[in-house]
Amino acid sequence: MLSYQILSTVRLGIKSLLLHKLRSGLTMLGIIFGVCSVIAMLAIGEGASYEAQEAIKKLGSNNILIRSLKPPEAARQQAGGGAGFRGMSLKYGLTYDDAARLQATIPGVKRVVPMRIIRENVRFGRSEVPCQVIGTLPVYTEVTQVEILRGRFLTDVDELYKNNVCVITAGLAQRLFPAEDPMQHSVKIDAFYYRVVGIIRETGKAEQRTQAGRMEGQPLDNNVYIPLSTSRTRFGEILIRRMAGSFEAEEVQLHQVTVQMRDTAAVETADPQIRTLLKRFHDQNDYELIVPLELLRQAEATKRRFNIVLGSIAAISLLVGGIGIMNIMLANVTERTREIGVRRALGAKRRDITLQFLVETVVLSVGGGLIGVAVGMLTPVVVSMATEMKTIVTLWSVLIAFGISGAVGIIFGLYPARAAALLDPIEALRHE
Amino acid sequence: MSPPVAVAPATPALDRPAATGQPIIVLQAIHKIYALGEEAQVHALRGVDLTITAGSYLAIMGPSGSGKSTLLNLLGCLDRPTAGRYYLGGEDVSQMSDDALSEVRGRKIGFIFQSYNLIPQLSVLENIQVPLLYQGLDLRAYEVRCIELARLVGLGDRLHHRPNQLSGGQQQRVAIARSLVNDPLMILADEPTGNLDSRTGAEVLDLIDRLNRDGKTIILVTHDDRVAARAHRIIHMRDGLIDREVINRAAPAAASPAHA
Ligand SMILES: Nc1ncnc2c1ncn2[C@@H]1O[C@H](COP(=O)(O)OP(=O)(O)O)[C@@H](O)[C@H]1O
Ligand SMILES: [Mg+2]
Repeated sequence: MLSYQILSTVRLGIKSLLLHKLRSGLTMLGIIFGVCSVIAMLAIGEGASYEAQEAIKKLGSNNILIRSLKPPEAARQQAGGGAGFRGMSLKYGLTYDDAARLQATIPGVKRVVPMRIIRENVRFGRSEVPCQVIGTLPVYTEVTQVEILRGRFLTDVDELYKNNVCVITAGLAQRLFPAEDPMQHSVKIDAFYYRVVGIIRETGKAEQRTQAGRMEGQPLDNNVYIPLSTSRTRFGEILIRRMAGSFEAEEVQLHQVTVQMRDTAAVETADPQIRTLLKRFHDQNDYELIVPLELLRQAEATKRRFNIVLGSIAAISLLVGGIGIMNIMLANVTERTREIGVRRALGAKRRDITLQFLVETVVLSVGGGLIGVAVGMLTPVVVSMATEMKTIVTLWSVLIAFGISGAVGIIFGLYPARAAALLDPIEALRHE
Repeated sequence: MSPPVAVAPATPALDRPAATGQPIIVLQAIHKIYALGEEAQVHALRGVDLTITAGSYLAIMGPSGSGKSTLLNLLGCLDRPTAGRYYLGGEDVSQMSDDALSEVRGRKIGFIFQSYNLIPQLSVLENIQVPLLYQGLDLRAYEVRCIELARLVGLGDRLHHRPNQLSGGQQQRVAIARSLVNDPLMILADEPTGNLDSRTGAEVLDLIDRLNRDGKTIILVTHDDRVAARAHRIIHMRDGLIDREVINRAAPAAASPAHA
């Protein structure tokens, strides 16, 4: 009975609104834009933060990454005149001693994985591909997400005997051996041959390493892994980089050390301890610490802030939409004063009139909300297709946006509806 | 002046007109004063006494400003008197709350306005249904009755037309059907033919005459002597009082019980 009455009131509301289609449509626009922008913006924000968090998670939340950095003052010095000056090599970065000390003194360390990252061309037959030649230990696979596609990774035996073996990434295998089976061959790096013993795919974060090796512009998956001991003997400690018309000699023992901790709690206590330890043995600023766990927390905090900003924008746009609706409904009440008087004369109580106009406002705002939800769920799809940005429409953003549109209707409809109900029936009937 | 409640029976059932001859309206010393700001006030009614029996056909006349509309508004329970008593169907409605008055209007009174006052966004049928809506009734159960009323006023073939697709006379006939839908104790008409040409006006008045012959109590306000001539009883107002009253013997004999 009651629901029947509500239903017929809603029908009546829709009928009254359809009487002025253009006006009702324009009034709904405010809500449509508000709801649509909330959903779309939250979807884009959610997608971006999801990607960032996934990337950080791949670094490993139990890991602390330490990377060698060319200290800014040294770089300036070199550029200022020392460039190409033979015999003077620039020495910086992490050392084998650093790695050993980290393993020995920091509590909660599970393993320490050192890496030398050298840029070299890798050749097979007539093919030649610029690569990162990474000297590391077999435990590398324990701290990075690596999928072994064929063969095996490096072993302790390789390390012990400084074997001339290598493991290559799937992308490199394809580029270097378009026709042959890589597992049957050796590749040539600098002057030496390395037998291919395995092919892997890195599911971890390749571009982070690119930064470490300062090899921007390289294909991300052209990596060759060789034993650390082999890297030391074959390449020596002093690395010479050929630049346009000059040489640049650097002495860098390790380019990166990944410290894997037992758990996230150990990460938190180890972070300052590692900083203190490294500071004792480095008098220049030639390394940086990357703590994925901390990055993750920052990403979460950023997302929260982002959501608050979005929420405020959304609130303002819905407020503006609500004021638009209130404005139209007030005009509507004035225009339909006579109708209100007639209805009152025919037995409508004040609350019937209130309900009628409130329902009309809510129909407007919820109608706008529904359209806004539809458009708002479509927009991220289009954005994703156009920009390859990841977007995620969450259920709660849709519910909140839709709920707010309903609430806006009630809040901003109450005053006009009340104004309509309080009209004196006689005055209203006399109204022209 | 007759004592009110003694002769006024309990509220008659909705679907049956009060027995002809029983007083359904009793006004006792009704005053209406409009306050205009601080000091000024208008004494629109100055103690009106009036008894109207069931089945009456009453016309209210008088010069402009004499209080006709004020009286009709009070009779229609759209307003409350400043002083005095108003018994409608035995019930004292003179100091009722706004909601209670709405209830009384919805159940006991049918209105016909000078400017028809149909609701523009509703069809003929829906306009006729409006008073039922506020009785909390399920409209589907009354659809047949509403269609019958539309036929009664000669608009059975226009059920789904909008008011703006109808002529003035047709609109006023829809308004008459609407005033009947809740089977009221009385029908109040304020200059029902004021906006119509004399021919369509006569048709509308014929319809109202017929309602009265069928037992409905009719009260109408008019300036037009020819309109008033159809009534059995004519009240002339002056300065907020009933100046004189005429029993119209020339009126077509009616008032015999409807369902005789
Ligand atoms: N709402 C009102 N406020 C103030 N004065 C009013 C109001 N309604 C009517 N009056 C005054 O009451 C008197 C009677 O008015 P009314 O009943 O409209 O007369 P009629 O309908 O006979 O022309 C007039 O003097 C009019 O100015
Ligand atoms: Mg008047």
